[in-house]
Amino acid sequence: MPETRRGATPPRIEPMAADAPLTGFRTLLYKEVLRFWKVAFQTVAAPVLNALLFLLIFSHVLDRHVTVYGDVAYTSFLVPGLVMMSVLQNAFANSSSSLIQSKITGNIIFVLLPPLSYREFYAAYVIAATLRGLFVGCGVLLVAMPFVDLDIASPLWVLAFAVMGGAILGSFGVIAGIWADKFDQLAAFQNFLILPLTMLSGVFYSIHSLPRFWQDVSHFNPFFFMIDGFRYGFFGQSDTSPWLSLAVVSGCFVLLAALTLALLGRGYKLRS
Amino acid sequence: MTVPAIRVSAVTKQYGTLKALGGVDLEIGQGEFFGLLGPNGAGKTTLISALAGLVRPDGGSLEIMGHDVVRDYRNARRNLGVVPQELVFDPFFSVRELLRIQSGYFGIRGNDDWIDEILASLDLTHKADDNMRMLSGGMKRRVLVAQALVHRPPVIVLDEPTAGVDVELRQGLWQFVRKLNRDGHTIVLTTHYLEEAETLCGRIAMLKAGKVVALDTTENLLHRFATHSLRVSVDRAEAAVALGGVAVEDGWVEFAFEGYDKLETLLARLREAGAGLREIQLGEPDLERVFVEVMHRA
Repeated sequence: MPETRRGATPPRIEPMAADAPLTGFRTLLYKEVLRFWKVAFQTVAAPVLNALLFLLIFSHVLDRHVTVYGDVAYTSFLVPGLVMMSVLQNAFANSSSSLIQSKITGNIIFVLLPPLSYREFYAAYVIAATLRGLFVGCGVLLVAMPFVDLDIASPLWVLAFAVMGGAILGSFGVIAGIWADKFDQLAAFQNFLILPLTMLSGVFYSIHSLPRFWQDVSHFNPFFFMIDGFRYGFFGQSDTSPWLSLAVVSGCFVLLAALTLALLGRGYKLRS
Repeated sequence: MTVPAIRVSAVTKQYGTLKALGGVDLEIGQGEFFGLLGPNGAGKTTLISALAGLVRPDGGSLEIMGHDVVRDYRNARRNLGVVPQELVFDPFFSVRELLRIQSGYFGIRGNDDWIDEILASLDLTHKADDNMRMLSGGMKRRVLVAQALVHRPPVIVLDEPTAGVDVELRQGLWQFVRKLNRDGHTIVLTTHYLEEAETLCGRIAMLKAGKVVALDTTENLLHRFATHSLRVSVDRAEAAVALGGVAVEDGWVEFAFEGYDKLETLLARLREAGAGLREIQLGEPDLERVFVEVMHRA
């Protein structure tokens, strides 16, 4: 063994001991939540305002002309769709923007150097994304409540679809954030995939109002099942069985989680 | 038996047609101040990235304090602190928040005493609650050092830490790093400032095209490779150049020679050639000459 320049035996340094298991994961989750919370005006308040504008415009135009599920007023029908759309879009925005910003500025290194496993990495980003989605969703619901007559028939269904939808889009965001090298690539992902799938998922209409062909096409859109299942929690009625929706949404989550974990495990675009 | 701080065995890494690392073997003892030198593209950053788990080698193995960086990555990373070359920072947080978060990533909560100590050592205490965006480049560089130290790693890698840093900060940084080394931390330094490496490092490895082309103590490298230099100011520079000198500036010619026993002969030949000696300057071997010679031979 080569000697040190001074030739003396150096004192042995031990790294600090970890306090408790999963502290690293909890810290990354905390940091990701703090990141969006510090700019809550942009990450929470702005999407709530956005959804409120949708509500005001569509309800003004359509409320007296359209009823859904027999006797549900259009505005009441619209609110759960807007809530879920906000959950999905903001969950995606959170994980994808956090990752691409960290990659482009280079500070992703601070997450890659510590002894965090790829599973902890995945869980922290997806849970933080889901939480942001839920925060915005709750905000939209709270702001919309004074304008509509809306009860929650089955809160468990509401919670299950909101959490699953947030987790799916959070995972999608992780994939997009890792894959994209530039902001415009991420914007393309958002504008040409996430936005059309959300808008054409039945946020603004019941698919029973569509021609048969488009009803069938809608069944290939997983976002339709997320929103339809979520809406079932409010009205106890939906375009399709909530159990089918839950199965589709759960299947999507498992597939996306597996894909994201496989990419992270391989170090795709993160550990070359 | 003491395990080495770093052990690199037959590590290879290829990017397309570029061989970034072509079978690197290296062992760095605990408590060493070790220099990793080489021209741009030699593989220094790839090697450091492989140690840190940022790059996955195609072949070979790397260990930090006896822990394999792939199979036992948690322990390997807990033993390693890396100060990256790029001036990167997270603009959402204050200095203290960043250091607390970085501690948490390593599984450490309630680390404020140590964080305060690092902040004081790096003269950052008064900036602790400032957002990272508000700091100057030099301050950000110090925060990078602090982030690498939050878990008190035995092995610290500094990847060109003084690139673009002013003299005052550079001196302060080296003072601090020397103290860390005295305290027992193993320091691995890459730098393009060879005089820094010569002053600080006990041993040096030189890389070229992904291979270690020289590995020895700094003293041995200086003795083995370096030549002394003789600069002469003469009336007839062409006569001195004809004896093998290199014209360096107006009236000055430089010669390289291996030992002082050759000096007398050289001066005698200059007199015989009628060069007209006016002034002479002797130069000691330095790492820059060693570096140039090693790279030329490799």
